Amino acid sequence: MRIVVKMNKSVYIVAILLIVIAGTAYVFVNLSQKKETTTYTTLTTTTATPTMNKITLNGAGATFPFPLYDKWCAEYNKLYPNIFINYQSIGSGGGIRAHLDKTVHFAASDAPLNDEQWTKAQGTLTLPMTIGGVVIIYNLPGLNQSLILSGEVVSKIYLGEINKWNDPLIASLNPGITLPDKDIVVVHRSDGSGTTYVFTNYLSRVSDKWRSTVGMGTSVNWPTGVGAKGNEGVSAMVMQIPYSIGYVEYTYAKKNNIKYAYIINAAGEVIEPSTQSFQKAVEYAALKLPKGNESWANVSIVDMVATNKDAKGAYPITSFSYIFIYKDLSVVPGMDKATAQALVNFLWWATHDGQKYAEPLFYVPLPENVVKLNEETLLMVTYGGEPLIKK
Amino acid sequence: MFGDKIFKYITAFFAFFIVISFLMLIYELYKGSYLAISKFGLSFIKNTVWDPVNGVFGALPLIIGTIVVSLLSLLFSLPISIGVALVLVLYLPRKISRGLAVLIETMAGVPSVIYGLWGLYVLAPFLRENVYSVLQSTLGFIPLFSGPNYGIGFLTGSIVLALMITPIITAVTKDLLQAVPISIKEATVSLGATKKELALIMIKYIKPGLFAASLLGLGRAIGETMAISMVIGNKFKLFPSSFFDTWYTLSAIIANEFLEATYDLYISSLVYIGLLLLVVTLAVIITARIIIWRFSKVRGEI
Repeated sequence: MRIVVKMNKSVYIVAILLIVIAGTAYVFVNLSQKKETTTYTTLTTTTATPTMNKITLNGAGATFPFPLYDKWCAEYNKLYPNIFINYQSIGSGGGIRAHLDKTVHFAASDAPLNDEQWTKAQGTLTLPMTIGGVVIIYNLPGLNQSLILSGEVVSKIYLGEINKWNDPLIASLNPGITLPDKDIVVVHRSDGSGTTYVFTNYLSRVSDKWRSTVGMGTSVNWPTGVGAKGNEGVSAMVMQIPYSIGYVEYTYAKKNNIKYAYIINAAGEVIEPSTQSFQKAVEYAALKLPKGNESWANVSIVDMVATNKDAKGAYPITSFSYIFIYKDLSVVPGMDKATAQALVNFLWWATHDGQKYAEPLFYVPLPENVVKLNEETLLMVTYGGEPLIKK
Repeated sequence: MFGDKIFKYITAFFAFFIVISFLMLIYELYKGSYLAISKFGLSFIKNTVWDPVNGVFGALPLIIGTIVVSLLSLLFSLPISIGVALVLVLYLPRKISRGLAVLIETMAGVPSVIYGLWGLYVLAPFLRENVYSVLQSTLGFIPLFSGPNYGIGFLTGSIVLALMITPIITAVTKDLLQAVPISIKEATVSLGATKKELALIMIKYIKPGLFAASLLGLGRAIGETMAISMVIGNKFKLFPSSFFDTWYTLSAIIANEFLEATYDLYISSLVYIGLLLLVVTLAVIITARIIIWRFSKVRGEI
């Protein structure tokens, strides 16, 4: 039995139209993404002339520096309209994973690669790109003054040993304030995060009990509290729930106008979190930093400052935020020479010109010695053995 | 003849393709979780510690949390869904009923993130200020009703889930009610039944179908990830200490921690949780299928 199908005229017309539309779309898309021969760029001072065709840089990682990196992407695109930088703030752990899997052009993290990750990602260059502080936010309705807390008290709260706001340990630090007789609602991160890493680093330094029972990491076994996703989630939750306490990056607290606590540092001073007190912390820590191509697993501003009685004026919960790239960019699948060049140019710009966008967004600009360190590191970057920056 | 054979093989291929895809899914899950299975074995299901710093993982609190929250949401949702379906079929004029049905089906299509955001920013504060606080002040002497009042928690999570599965169950129930043979309805009414009695008889008639509809809803509730992770509080504990406490589910922990899992055992443990989630879902579905099958046999139907 032969089945004879009679084709309708309209079917032909629709089919031809579809083919024509598909064809034009294909041609259009391909024409605008021509791959050209790359040109070397020589860096004089800080700027470089990139190639003229559309280049997309993909980065992923920490949520903490996202507002700053987002600004950098926008500003850099204004300077070089053909370069688009796409940054996904999926968290430091995600950034590290992406770097290890080589699924992004550059990865960002608040925590440096640990020893295990360092051996897995041979040839990584570590670039500290900005500095920030983790502040303790709280929601005490009706309280206008700033609360004063110490590391010991904060760790006891997060261990679940201090349960009420009017506990004598908190009250003794805040003599002029009547604290309410309410339970403290503890908020922490439910996702893995560099912010958690810095915060638990600090708690491990100031509390032996915390160090032995919980420890530090991007994700820990929290003794108490509720989990929220991202810095944004913790901010939202603390703003929503009265009598709650949480920890977020300084930027988020400032942007959302949430009250944050003053911390008593190891020198016994009451320190207000601010770009100045973060910078002071970096000064004490930046004296000895490894080279860009070495392991930064043991670098921690918190470690240098949290128990250091001589660190005057320093806010202890401060940390670098890093970007990782591979020394030889050709090992990243999908990275061609033009993209590699654009990446290196972008990072050079970010280390120099990009720093002026830091303070208005409540980040701390890199001190001069760290900028020099990054310059040396960027000079090491190659594409298949050919250096991308020629001085 | 020849054309028929080709048709048969093509459709058979597509049918097998689904089965093969599913088997491949199970295989990938097994491969991904192999490290965790070899390290923890079945004790993973009994362990109650989740410590990424020290590499100790266990899933029991999550399994209990998932089951309890899903069943609770079904408990909240069923009366509402059946009620709405009855109203749509028996009480409302046809035109309004059709419009309302479209609205309900649209609700089913709303992305779960929207429910999560609404739950976090609207429902949770509302419940905290107006419902939980009242319950706490009146019934606070019972331990189950005391404790911190967050607003978010497993109860709020169950309510949000109930809202999410109601449209599905309502739609299916409505279709079932409309499919009740007119002979049954006429017979009931001719015996002098009131509308309420008619409704009860129709419900009894569609019982197996109702079971299947609840299953659909339960399946969605078990797998729900985004909305629940925003509202449940993400607290890894074996049992909540009160009705207003926070908790955790299998899907929420994967959503929260998968991207950040930086070492192999961590990732593998999360894939193991995915495997457990699949097992739980399958167990629920298979149990319900068996019950429906036996119920149908008892009633003398196919």
